[in-house]
Amino acid sequence: MALLRHTTGEIKERKALTVNPAKTCQPVGAMYAALGVKGCFPHSHGSQGCCAYHRSALTRHYKEPVVAGTSSFTEGSSVFGGQSNLIAAIDNIFTLYDPDVIAIHTTCLSETIGDDLLQISQKAKDDGKVPAGKHIVYASTPSYVGTHVTGYANMVKGILKGFVKKTGRPNGKINVIPGFCEPSDMAEMRRLATMLGIDVILAPDTNGVLNGPLTGHYEMYPKAGATPEDIAAMGDAKGTIGLGRWATTDAVNYLDAEFKVPGTVLGLPIGLHATDRYVDALRRLAGVAVPEAVNFERGQVVDVISDYSQYLYGKKVAIAGDPDQVLALVEFCVTLGMIPAYTVSGTAGKYFEERMNELVKDVPYDCKFKNGEHADMYLLHQWIKNDPVDLLIGNTYLKYIARDEDIPLIRHGFPILDRVGHQYFPSVGYSGAMRLLEKFLEALLGRQDRDAPETRFELQM
Amino acid sequence: MSTKPMNTEEIKKELIARMPTKVARKRAKAMTPGAQGGEIPEIQANVRTIPGIITQRGCTYAGCKGVVLGPSRDIVNLTHGPIGCGFYSWLTRRNQTDAGPDGDNFIPYSFSTDMTEHDIVFGGMKKLAAAIQEAYDNFHPKAISVFSTCPVGLIGDDIHAVARQMQEKLGITVFANSCEGYKGVSQSAGHHIANNQIMKHVIGTNDTPVTGKFKVNMLGEYNIGGDAFEIERILEKCGFTLIATFSGNSTVEDFRVAHHADLNTVMCHRSLNYVAEMMETKFGIPWIKVNFIGAEASAKSLRRMAAYFEDQELMDRVEQVIAEEMLEVRKVVDEIRPRTEGKSAMLFVGGSRAHHYQELFGELGMKILGAGYEFAHRDDYEGRHVLPTIKVDADSRNIEELDIEPDPERYKPRKTPEQLEALNAKGLDFKGYEGMMGAMAKDSMVIDDINHYETEKLIEILKPDIFCAGIKEKYIIQKMGVPLKQLHNYDMGGPYAGFNGAINWYHDIDRMVNTKVWQLMKAPWQSTGPELEASYVAQ
Repeated sequence: MALLRHTTGEIKERKALTVNPAKTCQPVGAMYAALGVKGCFPHSHGSQGCCAYHRSALTRHYKEPVVAGTSSFTEGSSVFGGQSNLIAAIDNIFTLYDPDVIAIHTTCLSETIGDDLLQISQKAKDDGKVPAGKHIVYASTPSYVGTHVTGYANMVKGILKGFVKKTGRPNGKINVIPGFCEPSDMAEMRRLATMLGIDVILAPDTNGVLNGPLTGHYEMYPKAGATPEDIAAMGDAKGTIGLGRWATTDAVNYLDAEFKVPGTVLGLPIGLHATDRYVDALRRLAGVAVPEAVNFERGQVVDVISDYSQYLYGKKVAIAGDPDQVLALVEFCVTLGMIPAYTVSGTAGKYFEERMNELVKDVPYDCKFKNGEHADMYLLHQWIKNDPVDLLIGNTYLKYIARDEDIPLIRHGFPILDRVGHQYFPSVGYSGAMRLLEKFLEALLGRQDRDAPETRFELQM
Repeated sequence: MSTKPMNTEEIKKELIARMPTKVARKRAKAMTPGAQGGEIPEIQANVRTIPGIITQRGCTYAGCKGVVLGPSRDIVNLTHGPIGCGFYSWLTRRNQTDAGPDGDNFIPYSFSTDMTEHDIVFGGMKKLAAAIQEAYDNFHPKAISVFSTCPVGLIGDDIHAVARQMQEKLGITVFANSCEGYKGVSQSAGHHIANNQIMKHVIGTNDTPVTGKFKVNMLGEYNIGGDAFEIERILEKCGFTLIATFSGNSTVEDFRVAHHADLNTVMCHRSLNYVAEMMETKFGIPWIKVNFIGAEASAKSLRRMAAYFEDQELMDRVEQVIAEEMLEVRKVVDEIRPRTEGKSAMLFVGGSRAHHYQELFGELGMKILGAGYEFAHRDDYEGRHVLPTIKVDADSRNIEELDIEPDPERYKPRKTPEQLEALNAKGLDFKGYEGMMGAMAKDSMVIDDINHYETEKLIEILKPDIFCAGIKEKYIIQKMGVPLKQLHNYDMGGPYAGFNGAINWYHDIDRMVNTKVWQLMKAPWQSTGPELEASYVAQ
């Protein structure tokens, strides 16, 4: 009997009910972004459940410590406003946990009652609750607007607003703002830039924070993350590259508008072409030549694609997740000759449809895709019921569809609850592309091996 | 760090030393030594957390939807609110379900109204009604239950009115829970709200008699990692008829006929004691506290349940089952105990589990250095006799107290007062729970609502061999080189209830306290001592 036994292929239009969402809420993204700043303590301004849920979700995904505070609203604070709770929280956090920065984000509750973080944090400063040399940054992240991706975007912008300065002395550096991706992906973005000989400021940077070592010693603030000094210097940089349209556009535009640092927004550099665009943008901005070592890595990816083509061509894929992630995956699948048959993303945004149309225009299949409201995994499953696919790509919650429909699943995106490794190995850049290719092939050929009759069980494939 | 072992008073001082004065004053009231064999002191519990202080706690919604009603398998549990709350309560507690070949099972689904800004501004009642209709059209469930999240309470959506209208329209049970996250001070408020609603709308709504000889309900058991399956196995083997489990692997039909039981047994006191009390008042069903965590505890609970029915055949059968089951249990304990004897543990979790699991550690010869609850009330620590002395504060006053009276048709006392008294004399403590504190050694620490700072300090001072808490604490503590066992969802383990569960537990704890990983943290060149040179003698 199927786990999702109540899902049928009969698709009824839904206007109100979301079933098995392909998204979650803003504050979890804000909390993740805050962890990419060195010495930063995330704080959730609302009732304590939000904070508990967000810490749990991030901990389950990264398998690493995630601490954060909450304003612990009860009914009284919900009626009279959360100012006194937040000021008490700021005082307690600096006294007991001694961070360099507190990154505050709102929740549904504090937004609905209209708490003003600008005013409250100013009051905290006026009341002497913020020690000298310490900082507060903040972002507005009600869960009834946007998703975890936009929450990440809002906090990234909040962090920049808190620190970036223009001294008027250009530092020759290039800002790279990663979208919502793994710490390993952020490391890979930096590695590629370093290979080009470019000095980048990468912020936020969760590498080393959410994939740290086990040493027998717990550090609330690991020696990693973008430092406030680095972030401050972003105002003097040569230019900015944002990697993720939903996750970084606001931050890139902010640097452009406020500090006249010109910006480019690209997708996440997943797959060959997207990585090419990242390298090309870096090269142009910095005015450097791409070194042979990078061309070599790229050539290896092309070589693997040519070796794998016979197995991947024409295979149908269903993808669910964040738009920055899924658009990049769709493009990579098309590059490989695969068919992105069904794509859903709970995050809204007009660009999704434009880009999808562009990506699948020559794909010989009537590809279905949807984003925003009711673009959920239930709909994805119903599409699959009507015409199955060969491969699923998305977060852990797809495993129920994978089992019911007997389709291999590649775990990608957020959250991954039941596997380890994603926080250590990148899926961006050329090396990430190779890792994805290996995963694709393993999933498809593993399946072929499993199902092959004795006569067709091949040693060489 | 001092080499001299600290006493509980010194530990307490150390824990609060660095806190701001007001915080320290409050936290000091939440810490006492264990009280085994002595007078039980008062502990501060069920009070607000302190803003900014990293807490283990969740919210009212988490207690209502996540804990109590979420594990019911054939109710469509619909979260009315923005997407986050519904998403985060989706399958993360590992409530297992066996729906059988034809049974309904909505546990792998997450249902939400996914409120957006428009709904917050203009109200979400229309969307909720439409979502209930769409849930019905797509899934045809027997019941739909609605849970409100923080913003719903603020904008004033009348979810109960919507539920009533949709119940009328659809002809199935539809009920709502006003479990906004900001109500109360922890998950506990949500348990109470779920208890009230299930009592009002479901329990006792089907009078078709249930066949079976020794009919019981299991209250406060959520089938994490399959615990309820193991308890079901044992009860069946003994000859009990288990009508309903609240709410692990449960169905709405089980809840409807639960009033036919002759005894209610309560596992998690905190989450379900309200239903036990209300069912006794309304239907005349006595309740006893049981504990199926630990082999000895399970045996004791079975004996008490059999004693209640005063049936010799049942009592004999129970003894036979215990004897049979204990053969394997003893074999495994004998094998493992030499490797665990004398090791130590701390448990800071839940609102009963920190007590229950002490029995299992005891069976392995391990010592409890500290324990406390995440969302308990004073009675969970000090025993139910303190109930009349608990002050009702503003945060508890906003949780509805149902006015329950004996049901004119269904109230039927199962025992006469004389019979109850006679059974009481035999050790059957009806409506009783003596709490955790009296079971803990005098040199151990009892701490309510422990926070991150205290946890870190406590570990530094007492260095336990294993720590039990939840996912948020897990990797923090493991970075310190101490293994952490999750007791909210058991990591990937379980069941730990009953006899087979105990055996699973022994194996898992053996692995966790004896794994070599904690010795790998330092590279050979990182040893802090002076460099020594030596040569090995070839073996």
